[in-house]
Amino acid sequence: MASLIAKTPCAGILPLKIGQLRLEEPAPAPITSIAPFSGKDRAVASALKALGLGWPAPDRAVTGAAGACLWSGRGQAFLLGVAPEGMAGIAALTDQSDGWARIALEGPGAEAVLARLVALDIGAAAFPAGSTARTGLGHMMALLWRSAPERFEIFVFRSMARTAVHELETAMRACAARAVVDHG
Amino acid sequence: MRLAGKGLIDRATTVGFRFDGREYSGFAGDTLASALLASGVRVFGRSFKYHRPRGVMTAGSEEPGALVTVGRGAAQVPNVRATVQEIHAGLEARGQNAWPSVGFDVMAVNDLLAPFFSAGFYYKTFMWPRALWEALYEPAIRRAAGLGALSGRHNDEAYEKAWAFCDLLVIGSGPAGLMAALVAGRAGADVILAEEDARMGGRCLAETGEIGGRPGADWAAAVLAELEALPNVRLMARTTVTGAYDGGTFGALERVALHLAAPAPELPRECFWRIVARRTILASGALERPIAFANNDRPGVMMAGAVRSYLNRWGVAAGQSVTVFTNNDDGYRTARDLAAAGVTIAAVVDPREEIGDLSGGLPVRAGARVIDTVGRRGLREVIVADRKGQVSRVPSDCLAVSGGWNPSLHLACHMNGRPVWNADIAAFVPKPDMVPGLVAAGAANGAFSTRACLAEGAAAASEALGALGRKAGKADLPEAEDDMVRLAPYWEVPEPRHRAWLDFANDVTTKDVRLAAQENYRSVEHMKRYTTQGMAPDQGKSSNVGALAILADATGRAIAETGTTTFRPPYVPVSIAALGAGGQGDGFAPQRFTTSDQAARDRGAPMIEAGLWYRPSHFPRPGEPSWRESCKREVEMVRGRVGVSDVSTLGKIDIQGGDAARFLDLVYTNTFSTLKEGRVRYGLMLREDGMVMDDGTTARLGPDHYLMTTTTAAAGQVMRHLEFVHQAHCPGWDVRMISVTESWAQFAVAGPLARELLNSLLETPITGAAFPFLSCGTVAVSGVAARLFRISFSGELGYEIAVPARYGEALFRDLVSRAESLGGGAYGMEALNVLRIEKGFITHAEIHGRVTAFDIGLQAMVAAKKDCIGKAASTRAGLVGPGREQLVGLRPVPSSREIGAGAHLFDEGAEPVSANDQGYVTSVCWSPTLGGYLGLAFLQNGRARHGTRVRLVDHLRKVDVLCEVTSPVFFNPEGGRARG
Repeated sequence: MASLIAKTPCAGILPLKIGQLRLEEPAPAPITSIAPFSGKDRAVASALKALGLGWPAPDRAVTGAAGACLWSGRGQAFLLGVAPEGMAGIAALTDQSDGWARIALEGPGAEAVLARLVALDIGAAAFPAGSTARTGLGHMMALLWRSAPERFEIFVFRSMARTAVHELETAMRACAARAVVDHG
Repeated sequence: MRLAGKGLIDRATTVGFRFDGREYSGFAGDTLASALLASGVRVFGRSFKYHRPRGVMTAGSEEPGALVTVGRGAAQVPNVRATVQEIHAGLEARGQNAWPSVGFDVMAVNDLLAPFFSAGFYYKTFMWPRALWEALYEPAIRRAAGLGALSGRHNDEAYEKAWAFCDLLVIGSGPAGLMAALVAGRAGADVILAEEDARMGGRCLAETGEIGGRPGADWAAAVLAELEALPNVRLMARTTVTGAYDGGTFGALERVALHLAAPAPELPRECFWRIVARRTILASGALERPIAFANNDRPGVMMAGAVRSYLNRWGVAAGQSVTVFTNNDDGYRTARDLAAAGVTIAAVVDPREEIGDLSGGLPVRAGARVIDTVGRRGLREVIVADRKGQVSRVPSDCLAVSGGWNPSLHLACHMNGRPVWNADIAAFVPKPDMVPGLVAAGAANGAFSTRACLAEGAAAASEALGALGRKAGKADLPEAEDDMVRLAPYWEVPEPRHRAWLDFANDVTTKDVRLAAQENYRSVEHMKRYTTQGMAPDQGKSSNVGALAILADATGRAIAETGTTTFRPPYVPVSIAALGAGGQGDGFAPQRFTTSDQAARDRGAPMIEAGLWYRPSHFPRPGEPSWRESCKREVEMVRGRVGVSDVSTLGKIDIQGGDAARFLDLVYTNTFSTLKEGRVRYGLMLREDGMVMDDGTTARLGPDHYLMTTTTAAAGQVMRHLEFVHQAHCPGWDVRMISVTESWAQFAVAGPLARELLNSLLETPITGAAFPFLSCGTVAVSGVAARLFRISFSGELGYEIAVPARYGEALFRDLVSRAESLGGGAYGMEALNVLRIEKGFITHAEIHGRVTAFDIGLQAMVAAKKDCIGKAASTRAGLVGPGREQLVGLRPVPSSREIGAGAHLFDEGAEPVSANDQGYVTSVCWSPTLGGYLGLAFLQNGRARHGTRVRLVDHLRKVDVLCEVTSPVFFNPEGGRARG
């Protein structure tokens, strides 16, 4: 029997390189939402520890060799890159791998691009590497993760991938055009 | 006239541009105003109402006179202040409100009719007959009055919005702002210094006085160089802070590309910033105010400080023989600077009797006043009356006027704080904390000497640093002039022989204000609206205090007790293009595409919007001229063979936890705790007020695991509702939920051959008995784990199969080609709608927020044995019973008569007027299955009226048809086809 072809949300529209900035879709990785059941916070935290991670504080991410655990809302985190081993029965586990378009913006000036679309202070002081935020990207709900000083990962609903890429690309082009004016 | 050796322009770089069709040239650093003044241009446009010639009066964004239109075609921008627009190669500007030209304007006849055009003229004159107002009077008045106009075409130039954050926002880069930014920047605070002008420095660029032993401009340049080198300081030139809002948020408009000759298409023309600051220093300076006297609006009458700016910053003499009219010492600076530059000072007219030792060789006329001016298209003579009333004519081509200075406190008032009157400078000054966290410093705070500005800037920065938990270093204040402000309030020359202007942009004179007072518009807010004073693009920057003073005089009150007008954002006009940046066309809202989007478009399906989603309307085939034929075929396909439709847009919510069952019992009217694993149940959800919120099916995937589906339209609302119920009503319950709408691509497979189609690709085939109606389970499709639900929105044997979204497109294409080989195919929204109307299934056309479970005939679904959200409210008096409009079916007589949704229902024989209204039609289709039109409607006591007739009238579309009232379920009411 023929197998079904899998397609990523940004297939055909990424990657992009504008000036010194890159916009790309990371290789597909499993995403599982974890919402600990009542009284199971510590048990879930130790299960995450066993994976080399931990339960993230609000607006923070915990990263390890295997993957990352991103705070994604009240009593909820997204486990990225690894299976949620040891958490069955102590947390609501839901596969979110296909629900999100995952877009990485990387390079110098990434902050300035996001300042066109995100209403939060994402400067290095207020939003250092390892920060996450459930916020808006333009008119879209998004999960924002600063995975490195000059790299942001943006998660938006899969169906909105095209709009998100279009808006990010517009902001990237505007910032690149400004750089030309400012520096000759 | 350009003067040699003066100004901060770059004389090595000549810039050519066009104004009113003629070629001009200026230098890099020129504004349109300075370049045209240097070229001897005096008339820039015509005034709003009387079409009087208007020249340039100021050197900043407060300009009321020199308003021009820049650019051509779709990109033309009206009401650009020539004092703000920088010249660049290719710049093309035109004067406004004039035809055929600003020099000769036909509508100037309005000026001769001035006695008829006083305040309130329109209100009194065009009252009657009423019908003529919209048809005749208003269009005619609007054509004659007004300023520039938009092109009316779609402008696709780039605009931008952005956010910025800082510890300290400093607004204005004059001596106070620079000093504040320097102190705060050195202390390590994150500082944004926003300056409206293209060049930072404020009055440092316009005065000859020294700061720290060197020219002010040099001092400013040195400070700016230091600030630029600090990584924690961000300099934002060409950026006007336009409004103060809650939480330390400010709006600001940056002119990004309006000064560039050939900006890249991606470069935004303007950027609207939202700047969030923990503390703010308002160092916006002060605006000089005019004095009202007869014919004070002629081109050549300018503000004294602006004349000085043009001289010192741009090397332009605004006239060759200048008269100064001032009530304060600052005006003498203009006279002295001009004289030193070799410009003739014809007279210095000062209404004050005692002027001390100010004269210094200038031809001062103390105790005198300007009583009129002469010159049709530009000033030629100033008529002066001396202290004894002796009148003389002074030849002058420029009259530099100073009535004192008003602190630019507008931003401080944006959160409804009221400023206080300072009698020493006869002006309003801000109070601390009118905007939380905002402190005014320097001239904006009423401190007018350079030294005081520097000191206040440094002090404000120290205070802000303290509030930010930082320590200020020692501020070494540079030496600078520290002259006393000496001023005698002088608002108008008494008993003017002609009109004396207050608001030059909107043509409001002192007479208009007195008339307003006389007609009992004595409150400043009423006066403003009656006269339109302060309502032009300049928002009364030059006229507000003057008009207030005249009103105070006319009503016998002091200025302070007369009040102030309310300052509202924006401080300067803001383009809608900047405010709405990114929102043009498709940018208006995010677009949501299903995984099958491309596959549907490949088959030629026109897409329709469903909320943010795009869904196929129908799948046209050759020989189908319109959607009607395609829809008919698709319906017949589902009823006779098999159809495939993407239903992924329906909301899906994953619900888990020990209290999940209990939670569903609370939010649904019916019971879900009794649902068996592997089964699906239809559920109805009410709002707190008892009205139906949404419906859908929920499957039990495990003992503590449910999957809820919602309608497409209410997916977000239901998710929010569930979160609210959990957090507000049962926070202790062990239940967790998350949306999985986007995780699964889900397709309806419906029709007699649905099972045959599915079994052609399922790894393990299903049977009707083992997988009965309303079951669910896990299946495998080509090695992919899928979820299968046996549910039907068409009334046929139906399944919905869900796969992880990455496989959505592939599965859809596969399903459709298999369906086609079985004589079926894909079906769109039109067919889906017909299928559900034939079955009487409701959508949000029916559950539109004003209907109860009783109304839609589902009262039995409100379980008697348990409580649920909205249950109590749904039993309120008036929400049940024969008085309610109840869901019914309608069939026109004869059935081929076309009917439409939105029509209203009346008793047969009753007059179709609202008093006789019996209900309304919510959904309509032409049914291929039943061969005629069908409607769903709400009809008073409808369930008891099956078999009777009603009159359907659509007043808008002129439809008047008799209909038979039926059950809403037209097709297969016993439901055997879906269960079989």
